[in-house]
Amino acid sequence: MEHLARFTLNYRNKAVSLVFMILLALIPLFIANDYYIHVLITLGLFIILSLSLNLVSGYTGQLSIGHAAFYGIGAYVTALLMLKLNLSFLVAIPIGGLVTAFFGLLLGLPTMRLAGDYLAIVTLGFGEIVRLVLLNWDKVTRGPMGLPGIPAPELGSYVFMSKIPYYYTVFIIVLITVATMRRIVNSGFGLSLIAISQDELAAEAVGINTLRCKIISFIISAFFAGIAGGFFAVYISFVSPDSFTFMDSIMVLEMVVLGGLASIPGSIIGAVVLGLIPEILRFMAEYRMLIFGALMVVIVIFKPDGFWSAKKRMRNAIMKDLAARKMIDTKTVSPRGEYIEGA
Amino acid sequence: MDVFFQQLVNGLTVGSLYALIALGYTMVYGILKIINFAHGDILMIGTFIGLVLVMNFHLAFVPALLLAMFITALMGILVERLAYRPVRAADKLIALLSALGVSIFLVNFAQLVWGTETHPFPVNISGEPIILGEVHIGTLQIWALGVSLLLMVGLHFFVNHTKMGVAMRATSFNVDYARLMGINVDNIISITFAIGSALAAAAGILIGVYYDAVYPVMGYSAGLKAFTAAVLGGIGSIPGAMLGGLLLGVLENEGAAYLSSGYKDAIAFALLIIILLIKPTGLMGRREQQKV
Repeated sequence: MEHLARFTLNYRNKAVSLVFMILLALIPLFIANDYYIHVLITLGLFIILSLSLNLVSGYTGQLSIGHAAFYGIGAYVTALLMLKLNLSFLVAIPIGGLVTAFFGLLLGLPTMRLAGDYLAIVTLGFGEIVRLVLLNWDKVTRGPMGLPGIPAPELGSYVFMSKIPYYYTVFIIVLITVATMRRIVNSGFGLSLIAISQDELAAEAVGINTLRCKIISFIISAFFAGIAGGFFAVYISFVSPDSFTFMDSIMVLEMVVLGGLASIPGSIIGAVVLGLIPEILRFMAEYRMLIFGALMVVIVIFKPDGFWSAKKRMRNAIMKDLAARKMIDTKTVSPRGEYIEGA
Repeated sequence: MDVFFQQLVNGLTVGSLYALIALGYTMVYGILKIINFAHGDILMIGTFIGLVLVMNFHLAFVPALLLAMFITALMGILVERLAYRPVRAADKLIALLSALGVSIFLVNFAQLVWGTETHPFPVNISGEPIILGEVHIGTLQIWALGVSLLLMVGLHFFVNHTKMGVAMRATSFNVDYARLMGINVDNIISITFAIGSALAAAAGILIGVYYDAVYPVMGYSAGLKAFTAAVLGGIGSIPGAMLGGLLLGVLENEGAAYLSSGYKDAIAFALLIIILLIKPTGLMGRREQQKV
């Protein structure tokens, strides 16, 4: 019985996801407005970035506030490969991802000795150094002027003219990212990462090679951020250091935390909500960011666990299970598994 | 060697200002264990208040400085009440987000009120620079060094030799035990924010006068540097913040003089990473026992 229930639930979830994906794939047929498509593409980029950071900061529990550096490295490497070597975007973006993954390895190394806020400041330092190098290495990056004129992608004789092929490209990248992240966090390796985030010393005691796990999570995270950067460069056809600042790193972290740490749907929701708010507030013109800042404070006060907290859901599931087995007083647990005070 | 000593003087001037700002980060961190990301923007608002007092109310420099420090202290208390106290029980990252919300709000508030442009900070501080050999120490530098030293000595006295200071140290040692000893922790936190914000206002005004520039995003780079300084010294440690600030100021100025000015900030961050790798809790940080 229980197996059947689990099977149907799983089946239903899959059906819902499938319908949802088909709807998303059909969007460009219904919405002809370039602005809306542009917002959707941006949301896709935010989703890739927040999912990639979620692996390091959510699942592995290593606070990183320099994620924009990976985004920037991926964007610049892709841009340079396309401009200087005339490579196709299909080759340039993956190479950009791989180069970024190497920097992920570098940033993973300090976790050998550092954790918490001290690690955070190293990631911040890394982010600033990357931005300053992009700003000052004139010969290659053209400094603050950036790299304009990245050619539009071509697939055989088809050239990307409208926003719609970009939409499908980012859609595919998002799907690949979600699938990969799901595979990773549901694997034994993913459990090791969660163990590290809960208690590193205990994880080490049960035989997890914590340093190796942390470095690999940084590498994977950097790779996907680099891919997002590469796509961004191709889409905007211009890169400059302004797009990869500390504030951008912080925005991505915010998406992860506000969505709910260590949760894939959480990161997606966080990216969509925080990506949409500034767009929705556009009618307020110059008051837009003022309201955005105030709104952020209000949201965290009322939703301190994030929109989709994995921890809370797990706790609720356990409570429900215990109540169902009559191991605790059923009156103290709500149908959703929440603890009822004073019952 | 003249370049070296000149840069040492410049570095110490900037460094003492970093130290003043770093104190705010480190004191808040010592008690609440959160990074107050809005600190740099509180500094910016404090600087604008100082500018308004000088320009529109025609106050002299010193009274304007003191009054701005007082108003900014009240603002610090208000920010803590509205944005940090409600999320104190939640995850530390949530407080960080709240701080970022405050930061975005304050920057945009300043942009609406004072515009995005850079304002000069005209003050009548004239005098002959002190010249030692080839090294010039300008009047402004003496002011910046003097005021920040005075404030740091005052803070040191307050923290170590007053009842309130002892309560503050007790709270930073362990909030729950401090509460059991009858310390009103909420008040201590308010006072911590007040002092941190007042010091930031002082540092901001001195920075504004020193560079003759006040603008809404000035808190960003000043805050980032000061935060780096606080971590360098060992976050949570008051002498550490002072040492970290001075060290960072000197290192980046010497680095700019001998290596490359474009990479000035990169040098500071690279050094920070190296120092942290050698000494993971900063120069004067407490090493915490790891427990399972």
